[in-house]
Amino acid sequence: MTTRDTLLRDVRPLGEPSTDMLLVDGRIAGIGAALTAPEGAAVIEADGAVVLPAFVDLHTHLREPGREDAETVESGSAAAALGGYGCVHAMANTNPVADTAEIVEQVARLGRRVGLVDVRPVGAVSKGLAGEQLAEIGNMARSDAAVRVFSDDGHCVSDARLMRRALEYLKPFDAVLAQHAQDPRLADASCCAHEGEISGRLGLAGWPSVAEESIIARDVMLAQHTGSRLHVCHVSTAGSVEVIRWAKARGVDVTAEVTPHHLLLTVDLLTGYDPVYKVNPPLRPAEDVHALRAGLADGTIDAVATDHAPHAAHDKDHAFGDAAFGMLGLQTALGVVLESMLHTGLLDWAGVADRMSIAPARIGRVSGHGRPLRIGEPANLTVIAPDERWVVDPANLASLSRNTPFAGRSLPGVVLATFLRGRATVCDRLLATGEQVPA
Amino acid sequence: MTRHLLSAGDLSASEATTILDSAEQMYAIQARQVKKLPALRGRTVVNLFFEDSTRTRSSFEIAGKWLSADVINISAKGSSVSKGESLRDTVLTVAAMGVDAVVVRHAASGAVQRITEWVGCHVINAGDGTHEHPTQALLDAFSIRRRLGELSGRHVAIVGDVTHSRVARSNVLLLRTLGARVTLVAPPTLMPAGVATWKCGLSWDLDAVLAGEVDGPVDAMMMLRVQRERMSGGYFPTEREYAIGYGLSPRRLALLPEHAVVLHPGPMNRGLEISSAAADSDRSIVLDQVRAGVAVRMSVLYHLLAGADEPAAALEEASA
Repeated sequence: MTTRDTLLRDVRPLGEPSTDMLLVDGRIAGIGAALTAPEGAAVIEADGAVVLPAFVDLHTHLREPGREDAETVESGSAAAALGGYGCVHAMANTNPVADTAEIVEQVARLGRRVGLVDVRPVGAVSKGLAGEQLAEIGNMARSDAAVRVFSDDGHCVSDARLMRRALEYLKPFDAVLAQHAQDPRLADASCCAHEGEISGRLGLAGWPSVAEESIIARDVMLAQHTGSRLHVCHVSTAGSVEVIRWAKARGVDVTAEVTPHHLLLTVDLLTGYDPVYKVNPPLRPAEDVHALRAGLADGTIDAVATDHAPHAAHDKDHAFGDAAFGMLGLQTALGVVLESMLHTGLLDWAGVADRMSIAPARIGRVSGHGRPLRIGEPANLTVIAPDERWVVDPANLASLSRNTPFAGRSLPGVVLATFLRGRATVCDRLLATGEQVPA
Repeated sequence: MTRHLLSAGDLSASEATTILDSAEQMYAIQARQVKKLPALRGRTVVNLFFEDSTRTRSSFEIAGKWLSADVINISAKGSSVSKGESLRDTVLTVAAMGVDAVVVRHAASGAVQRITEWVGCHVINAGDGTHEHPTQALLDAFSIRRRLGELSGRHVAIVGDVTHSRVARSNVLLLRTLGARVTLVAPPTLMPAGVATWKCGLSWDLDAVLAGEVDGPVDAMMMLRVQRERMSGGYFPTEREYAIGYGLSPRRLALLPEHAVVLHPGPMNRGLEISSAAADSDRSIVLDQVRAGVAVRMSVLYHLLAGADEPAAALEEASA
């Protein structure tokens, strides 16, 4: 696929008044009224669509290597591009685990070959995610994959000494430790529902909020003690938001993410025992959802991250307690964020750009992404029809899996196009192949 | 009548009463020399048990056989997740054999409800994880009713590991529907999250409940089985301390009102939650519960499979 110059007519950068935007040689070459398309350039009549920097996901499960029946780098990249993403961080809990330079380089190579989004591998903190000894963090950081985010996601680095050592060890690489905060003594792997009235009534093993909050409280103190960078994955409770707010006020170098599903869905959905709503951390009550939205609005929570977790149908066709944890997220994230944050007035378009692109790029130290929409910047962009709605049909998603909790739901905002360094990865709402680049 | 029996909470007072009234007729049959009714002749009932059970499976098996159904027992323990087969595949395989009803026991809460989404036949919950065990609640209600008359206005104390008890959940729902008052008694570690929102009384103090200080005198004491593995979970310090705090000792037995009965879903841990004095006393209706279990399950199978009509016609046919 070759990069073609593109003129975007009648677009609204960050939701600001309409203008034209010219993309030449992979960069933004012009912003202004009535720009002229260069010879041979594609022209897109955008009818007032909103342009944002392409999104950056800090938390994606691409399942390759190991579970290519659930997702591959290719299918996950397609879902990401269609969701407006230009970069995803591929979590380390693959098989084999991404705990050596060889594995992270393989994942990065697969991502480059597909070429739809920049695939940034996440390295494991501990060997085999076992929480016992450090993974080869330095080798992964110094590899061609240049890993900057390390996480045992799926497992908590629960041992305080290992956590301390990992935080210290990361420092030379300007890397961040992304913690899956879940005290395994307070919430073990059988715990599958927010501990509260509903878990008690349904007889589902409770996953108490304090199992997350107490780990975050410990970790922010460790981050302060070591002077290292800590990132908290999928914050799900009001108490966690409070602890992070307090830590930031103290000057701790901590950042946090929230998933789209925790911004919209509540534990009440569990009453039918449908495992499509089984996710870790679990869906929480409405009070937590409101606190998460407020935290994202005021910047206590820095970023939206999907925790896109594809699962084959046969891993969900079980009783609730036996089914796999996780939900799809890449193609629905924008719609959920618009519904929960933009339409509620909690964020404006610039805020959406910050939480979905600028902040995650900064946290992951991703160069070229999350940049201002200015002349000379890399043309990593997504173009959104803000007033259109679409109904989520699992069969039409690009993922190989179908486990979306939003099936049948109408979501606002349609991704018309996504550009990666000036090249359209999505064009006219469809995945761009070589043939589909518009004339 | 409902198509499936998943939760005791799905039954209205009149539906529950209908099941109990029919069970009275079934109960009478147990005294006969020839116990078989033709009601479900030609129908196939599968006991699909994903978890070990002797008493509940046997009870359903006898109930089905006395109604002349063909009863097949399938022990599917470990056939799901551990063998890599999904629950859906296991259940569809059984349903494809052309069964009329499946009676399901599963270690995971909600598994039985999930099964109703996949199969067209009747589904009966024979215990799902720590969620519900509706036929146990029906047989408990039946047993209390036989001893004490109407349930309305009666006070039932349920004592023990409420958190992990499907028996307790189903009983709270059904007894409430039938107009009884329920008080749950357990140490705080064995009370489920959100129990304060349940429609029942709560106490940490068994002696206060026995003294009638919590919602009045007790008419029935239901002692729940304590799983010994709860010890390793740290829910209480020792068996000794549990027995002293929450066991139905001879001293406590003597504090019960004259008419009060003692229930236990079995199997009993004698000396832990219930003393032998209590288990073997005149107040104990533990064996009545077992006998009632067959009658109640006959009634449930009858109403779900044969329709909502009174079983009188079938009974007359049998005695003719």
